Amino acid sequence: MTTPLDSSLWGRLDDPAADAGHTEHPKRKGFFTDTSVCIGCKACEVACKEWNQVPDDGFLLTGMSYDNSQELGASTWRHVAFVEKPIDVAPPVDLGMPSLGAPPGDDQGAASGDSGIRWLMSSDVCKHCTHAACLDVCPTGALFRTEFGTVVVQPDVCNGCGYCVPACPYGVIDVRPDDGRAFKCTLCYDRLKDDQTPACAQACPTESIQFGDLDELRERADQRLAELHEKGVDVARLYGRDPDDGVGGDGAFFLLLDEPEVYGLPPDPVVTTRDIGSVWRHVGAAAGALVALGVASFVGRRR
Amino acid sequence: MRERSMVPEPEFESYYGRPILKQPTWKTPDVPLYLFLGGLAGGSALLAEGAALTGRPELERVARLAAAGGAAAGTVALVHDLGRPERFLNMLRVFKPTSPLSVGSFILAPFSGLATAAAASHLTGRLPRLGRLAGLGAAAFGPPLATYTAALIANTAVPAWHEAHRELPFVFAGSGAQAAGGLAMMLVSTSEAGPARRMALAGAAIEILAAERVLGKGLVAEPYHVGRPGRMMKLARRATTVAAALTVVGGRSRVASALAGATYLSASLATRFGIFGAGLASAKDPKYVVIPQKERLARRAAAASATH
Repeated sequence: MTTPLDSSLWGRLDDPAADAGHTEHPKRKGFFTDTSVCIGCKACEVACKEWNQVPDDGFLLTGMSYDNSQELGASTWRHVAFVEKPIDVAPPVDLGMPSLGAPPGDDQGAASGDSGIRWLMSSDVCKHCTHAACLDVCPTGALFRTEFGTVVVQPDVCNGCGYCVPACPYGVIDVRPDDGRAFKCTLCYDRLKDDQTPACAQACPTESIQFGDLDELRERADQRLAELHEKGVDVARLYGRDPDDGVGGDGAFFLLLDEPEVYGLPPDPVVTTRDIGSVWRHVGAAAGALVALGVASFVGRRR
Repeated sequence: MRERSMVPEPEFESYYGRPILKQPTWKTPDVPLYLFLGGLAGGSALLAEGAALTGRPELERVARLAAAGGAAAGTVALVHDLGRPERFLNMLRVFKPTSPLSVGSFILAPFSGLATAAAASHLTGRLPRLGRLAGLGAAAFGPPLATYTAALIANTAVPAWHEAHRELPFVFAGSGAQAAGGLAMMLVSTSEAGPARRMALAGAAIEILAAERVLGKGLVAEPYHVGRPGRMMKLARRATTVAAALTVVGGRSRVASALAGATYLSASLATRFGIFGAGLASAKDPKYVVIPQKERLARRAAAASATH
């Protein structure tokens, strides 16, 4: 049974695994996805599918740039977004990409002949929120907080009620139609238990996806952000890194080069359960009003 | 990419116009029907106990059957909606106050049992004392059953539902009273239907007032005004007004009472389908997520810079 303590529902919470009852546990694990070095190779998508034996969910050609997997879902646990954004000037900035003798001062746009278009690529994943709405609303206990501070669905318990689906402020988890149950990224729970790196991070050739202890990843991200700002990349910002944000910070957070909504991410997500106290108070008042109404209906003259 | 050039109002960016939130996978008509049946059953349990206490056997019979029948049909709808119906009992594995569906399962299960026992005892005349006790229990669980479903949809990231979390419980309480009173008005002779009339009328008033506040919430409430859900909501409001007028003007006419009752029922049903549909529409369009969240961020930034 969950204790509805305020810090368990919302706000800063430094140790979600302990809050969930893991007395002795490893450090909180997570992803730092640095989209400034993502090359859109989709190795993460493939590695995830292969390792986790995630079934296909259709082979559509969408016309949305190079993105045919479209969005995270029950059978897409890593999703690489491709944004082709028209810009006025392409500032030649060395993003620190691993290079093999590319001409100095090269910038992606001008060299490939499509200047005026800025490419944004980003590998999205379940955020493994500190305050996870999917977990909070799951009525069966199928969703749980692991000892690594991650959020995982137990397929043998899930009864496919679908409550987690509209609860997630990021639109990550979904029900697999032919199966009936909900699925999402497990942050490779099985590999973690074996001291291994999650498949997507292992497969990433540019270290855009970095896996590790969350506190260390946050430090590394802060350094990277400072480095980019120093180089004049003012648009760089961290997303989901702040432990005081609406979900208590994400276990999987990002460095973005544009507004979050450009990548299909909510600008200011809040865990719905923040308001659960208010919700129940109003339900209680309304139920009370209904009782009063029922009693009043029988009072008065008999007719 | 800039998307939705067909929508001229507030500029916002999105990823190819795709939704940010997932569409609820809850099925139509299962879930809106369940919202309606929960209200009908919960309100009817109250009516049944009142009728028993004040000696109105005809009203008691109809209300007891409505409470039991509504709960049974609602349970069927709810189980049918599951992706793995055979695992329905997993709902009772844990009790989580953060999950209205968990809390609701612990309301629905006892309510169904108690309402069924009360109805069975009333119909067969067996174990009358236990039957009454069961009826009292059902009456206690009835109002929570009619209102918790508002928490169910409000405790999501869906803007049209979540931002209405203070008002929806009252909309549902009023709508449930309206449905329970309406059904009894249809089926009970006017000499005993007085409480049902009063319950429906008061429920209609609460429902209209609370819904009015939901509809006035600006951009997040837009899905309640447009498209099919918008038409449903409008239909519901008109039907409620007509039913209320019929109740007042029709007096003790049996025909007017039955007509008003049927109209109350359809209004309650339309309200549930309208609210449910508006939530689906709200999750589908990224503007309902992006624009209010950007405004919130801007307000916070302005407040922060004001203090420095």
